[in-house]
Amino acid sequence: MQVLYGRHHVRVFRFGLRLVRDEQIAEDLISEVFLDVWRQAGKFEGRSAVSTWLLAITRFKALSALRRRKDVELEDDAANAIEDTSDDPEVTVQKKDTSTALRKCLSVLSAEHREIVDLVYYHEKSVEEVAEIVGIPENTVKTRLFYARKKLAELLKAAGVERGWP
Amino acid sequence: MMALSKKMLEQEPSEIETLLPWHAAGTLNARDARRVEEALARDPELARQYAVIREEYAETIALNESLGAPSARAMQKLFAAIDAEPARKADASLYLPSRFTGFFASLSPRTLAWSASLGALALLLQATAIGVVLMKNQSATYQTASLSLNEPASEPVTRALEASPRSRASGQEQLPRALVRFKPDARISDVNALLDTYQASIIGGAQGGMLRLQFGSSAMTKDEVAGLISKLQREKIVSLAVAAP
Repeated sequence: MQVLYGRHHVRVFRFGLRLVRDEQIAEDLISEVFLDVWRQAGKFEGRSAVSTWLLAITRFKALSALRRRKDVELEDDAANAIEDTSDDPEVTVQKKDTSTALRKCLSVLSAEHREIVDLVYYHEKSVEEVAEIVGIPENTVKTRLFYARKKLAELLKAAGVERGWP
Repeated sequence: MMALSKKMLEQEPSEIETLLPWHAAGTLNARDARRVEEALARDPELARQYAVIREEYAETIALNESLGAPSARAMQKLFAAIDAEPARKADASLYLPSRFTGFFASLSPRTLAWSASLGALALLLQATAIGVVLMKNQSATYQTASLSLNEPASEPVTRALEASPRSRASGQEQLPRALVRFKPDARISDVNALLDTYQASIIGGAQGGMLRLQFGSSAMTKDEVAGLISKLQREKIVSLAVAAP
């Protein structure tokens, strides 16, 4: 378990943190995830990568934690609030820092869009693996990421950042 | 073809277009990767969009990497919870094959490669040690498989792997040993270089992916051993080093 934990806990933590946006909850999540893994080790059949299995459990736990906080339905409002109260994309653009603006916009995507962007770009999961983790058909995975990217482009455009697409 | 990417903005995206992010991440299969590359070569609009995607890809990684790591509290909480779990009812050995499969599946190809190389190196060292012992014994005028005239029969032929003759002779002096775990991305050439630098040899494996190493040719004081372990800990390719009996 120590080897497994050592190998995967940082990525599990980061995936959970991007979903729940709270370090304390994200830390609690990784304990719950690996405890579940310890309990269910015998059920792992090796059909998918261990990391895919871990991320699927993390996602489930994160959504449960969000439900417990009872603010999951306010996700968009929360995102807007974050955008309004801090160093928003417009300010960032004034600083001519496209890179920072892009990161800011990546942070204010909806949870649904954040998770798919992270799974594909950061966790380097294939279409099939994302489908397994999120529990949706492969074609939906592809179109969901496309629309997540489109939303990202809209956020950047609203902030005055033109990147040549769309 | 030029209108391929434009069209999808009003309608559904084309299949090739939806695959671009996976192409940027390098997670497409060979067939799809070839299809995407051919489309990129034909369609400048698509290529422009791909450049945007590569930017998103880089920034997503940078954003995630900036999130840091969890504190030790999470690990303490986990292992406290595991300790508090009731003993398992089923015999754990029943799951051993699947656990082995799962463990090896979780390793990256590079980790597997250097682990296998280390295993092979350990076997080679073992074979060499046994060979040296047998060669020495050939000077005897008479020898059977179970009895050597030069040595007491009670001493196992593989004793050289357990302790140096010097340490057995003195009864007190023992060559310093340590349990060392190398980082997963350590190369076999780096491990070999470290073994050479420290005049170390692998004398066995231990649980948790650690190797038992023996150092030098003479005994050391406690302070010297502590200094050695401390120096080992600072090596780039070493993730853990602890003194071992």
